[in-house]
Amino acid sequence: MRHRWLALTLIVGALAFVAAGCGGGDDNGGSAEGSEDVTGDISMMAVWTGTEQQNFQTVIDAFNELYPNVSVKYTSGGDNLAPLLSTAVQGGNPPDIACIAQPGLMADFASQDAIKPIDDLRQDIVDNFGESVADVGAIDGTQYAVMWKAANKSTIWYNVADFEEAGVDPPETWEDLNAARDTLKAAGITPYSVGVDVGWPISDLFENVYIRTAGADNYDKLSKHEIPWTDQSVKDALTTMKDIVGTSDDMVGGTSGALQTDMPTSVANVFSDSPKGAMVVIGDFAPAQGEFTLEPVSGYNVFTFPSIDGSAPAAVGGGDLCVNFKESEAATAFLKYLTTPEAAEIMVSKGGFTSPNKNVDESAYSDEITRSTATALTDAETFRFDMSDLQPSSFGGTPGAGLFKAFTDFVQNPDDIDGITQKMEADANKAFSG
Amino acid sequence: MTTVEAPRGGPLPADAEPGFFQRYGAAIIFLAPTLVLLGVWIVYPTIRTVIRSFYGRDGSEFVGLDNYETLFTDDTLTTAIRNNFLWLLIVPAFVTAIGLVFAVLLERIRFSVAFKVVVFMPMAISLFAAGVIWRLMYEQDPSRGTINAGIAVVKDAVSPSGALSSAQPSTEALEEQPNGSLVLQKPLVPGDVAQLGLTGIRSSDVPGDAVQAVVPEALSGGITGVVWRDFKPGGGTPGQVEQEELGLPGITVELRSENGGRVAETTTESDGTFAFEDVEAGSYRAAIGASTFSAPYAGVSWLGQSLITPAIMLAYIWVWAGFSMVVIAAGLAAIPRDLLEAARTDGATEWQVFRRVTVPLLAPVLTVVFVTMLIYVLKVFDIVISVAPGSVQDDANVIALAMWRTSFGGVNDFGLGSAIAVFLFLLVIPILVLNIRRFRREA
Repeated sequence: MRHRWLALTLIVGALAFVAAGCGGGDDNGGSAEGSEDVTGDISMMAVWTGTEQQNFQTVIDAFNELYPNVSVKYTSGGDNLAPLLSTAVQGGNPPDIACIAQPGLMADFASQDAIKPIDDLRQDIVDNFGESVADVGAIDGTQYAVMWKAANKSTIWYNVADFEEAGVDPPETWEDLNAARDTLKAAGITPYSVGVDVGWPISDLFENVYIRTAGADNYDKLSKHEIPWTDQSVKDALTTMKDIVGTSDDMVGGTSGALQTDMPTSVANVFSDSPKGAMVVIGDFAPAQGEFTLEPVSGYNVFTFPSIDGSAPAAVGGGDLCVNFKESEAATAFLKYLTTPEAAEIMVSKGGFTSPNKNVDESAYSDEITRSTATALTDAETFRFDMSDLQPSSFGGTPGAGLFKAFTDFVQNPDDIDGITQKMEADANKAFSG
Repeated sequence: MTTVEAPRGGPLPADAEPGFFQRYGAAIIFLAPTLVLLGVWIVYPTIRTVIRSFYGRDGSEFVGLDNYETLFTDDTLTTAIRNNFLWLLIVPAFVTAIGLVFAVLLERIRFSVAFKVVVFMPMAISLFAAGVIWRLMYEQDPSRGTINAGIAVVKDAVSPSGALSSAQPSTEALEEQPNGSLVLQKPLVPGDVAQLGLTGIRSSDVPGDAVQAVVPEALSGGITGVVWRDFKPGGGTPGQVEQEELGLPGITVELRSENGGRVAETTTESDGTFAFEDVEAGSYRAAIGASTFSAPYAGVSWLGQSLITPAIMLAYIWVWAGFSMVVIAAGLAAIPRDLLEAARTDGATEWQVFRRVTVPLLAPVLTVVFVTMLIYVLKVFDIVISVAPGSVQDDANVIALAMWRTSFGGVNDFGLGSAIAVFLFLLVIPILVLNIRRFRREA
């Protein structure tokens, strides 16, 4: 099996080399080169619908110019992708390729041998995305996925008019952020709009604080539950979070208002002509949460989650991990194509898409906001996947339960850090043993 | 039609098979589609669900009764079960009672049809949509939630909110009293100038006639001062009247004696200055009364942890009261009038007629409504998911919602989800059996 695979890759590699030679194209870390000899039909599934689906089709079309004999059929799984794929795997009929947003699900599939390793693409992935991002798609040293799409969750959005009225500038450090909060308050402006929603926005906030106060190593350990949730580093991060969610007056509608606000509303509170709050801590998907009359940049803008006590630039985010359920030349060729900056630039130029690919030309981004959030992501020294997505889903992925519930409780009762961390630890123990 | 040719006691003739088909063929043809549909969509999934409930998350490992143990030990799930029993205890009784009251009262008013239509209308809306409507009405912010807006109108008429409800003292020189008023710490004697700086006031909330704040001249034999918005873009220096900082006009300033009693009262000018003239020698305090800062009504947290389940029940009762009323009204119309007349002639009061004649005669109809509601309430799902915001879905949880959330809402634990489904199924069965028996009796 392994030998056949190797031989196959060698052939593909050789063909690709010949093709590249014929084309005489440039090659920076696995540029796109095609072949007419790769044939096959592959099916693909991801959550993208609507415009995003249409945009992705243009990526497939561009791929087909290189590989005219491969047909890629994309189907959207919508929000039900995870159960759809689980059922398809159980039924023995998964698509060739799927892009999933949960590394935990990827690990499940890997342990069931449902997805196939793509170690031969590892070098392409590292060259284009860097170690940090590549490792998100690897399990115990085996590469399984290409992270095609990324979400930068280390962003804070603000209302420009509010900032001007209060005379504050986008802060770069945590002290500056707290000073901005106090100045906004003195100007009679509610500094933060917080949408607890089902708890995950607070979980994102925690991850951003934690990777800065405790460091990436501790972040990895906590993700794998190698250190307990009752660890002092967790308590310290929660104490730091109180600067944002600890005081009722700092939040739109107070604590009880924040608890009942869903994420899109928390964004709308800031992206408005008559804003209710000046800032909202939420990922780069904020502008997609509704129809806003405010113009980007002049009306609302974004800054990177500030450094805490001199921490290095770090980004926490999510992403769609494209995995391979059936080994085939065609599927490998397509996954390889997805690692190239050319493929990413097609999506990027359409807007509303962040590529984790470091080799993507910045100027390809069609709007300033996406360019700045995407650059912050690729410039970050460390990238870590959203920690809650790395947890067993009963602990980290269930609305109103486990981790999300604990963070909701934290907003409700920010002084009970000991009680909340104990609850987290108890839930984590249950989830990791089950 | 009957085959009489077959010899009695003899061996069955070779053509017994066609006879069977002759007898049951038509029935089988007519029943087959239904049987297939029931088999594929009811029987098979039911059996599969029961089997699946004994397996773990990914369906490969047999775990016995573990899922059922989790069902009764997990906090989230026990909350769901408890809530569901609350629903069972409260909602069917209320729906039936309210329907009965409406039906009986409607018999006596003139525009009863119009009224019935209004009460029945919610039945035309899907439960999910009704849930969304109530979710909006329950919003806490009185500028958005209808219910809190109504309460706010009443509340503000009784005690209006202050001119500067969000204001805070800019420095510690100004101290907030337990009752909400702000008092200048430093005692004043005639000839002093008081500076009362406030922050936390939106520039748009500053009265339009406000001008640059100034520190007034000292007045011999009097106390002067200024109340101003101690903020300019960037923050400024707290406690100092600076350029670009506006006076706050129209604020009532009190002069209090050392023991707290009010000596005099005045309002500020457009530059924020005020003056108390001809003050007797002695030590005083300058203060701004609590009424200036009284906050506007913040709204009841209907969608908070503690009120969420009653709030959803209310919405549900609103939807189903119409159904209950219509069914009971139909039953009421079928009651022989002469029985009621006879009771009245015998001298029964209206209450006695209602209690001793109408209700007993309506008992079968009331049971139908009650039992139907029992079944619906056990399976309640859509209204809970649409009214309860994500952060309190744990507190509002019910069995059906727990099943959905466990299976499809992120946990992806189909084993536990199946166990919950089986549990719900077992709960519904006794009520179904009861219902079927009653149908038989009535037939």
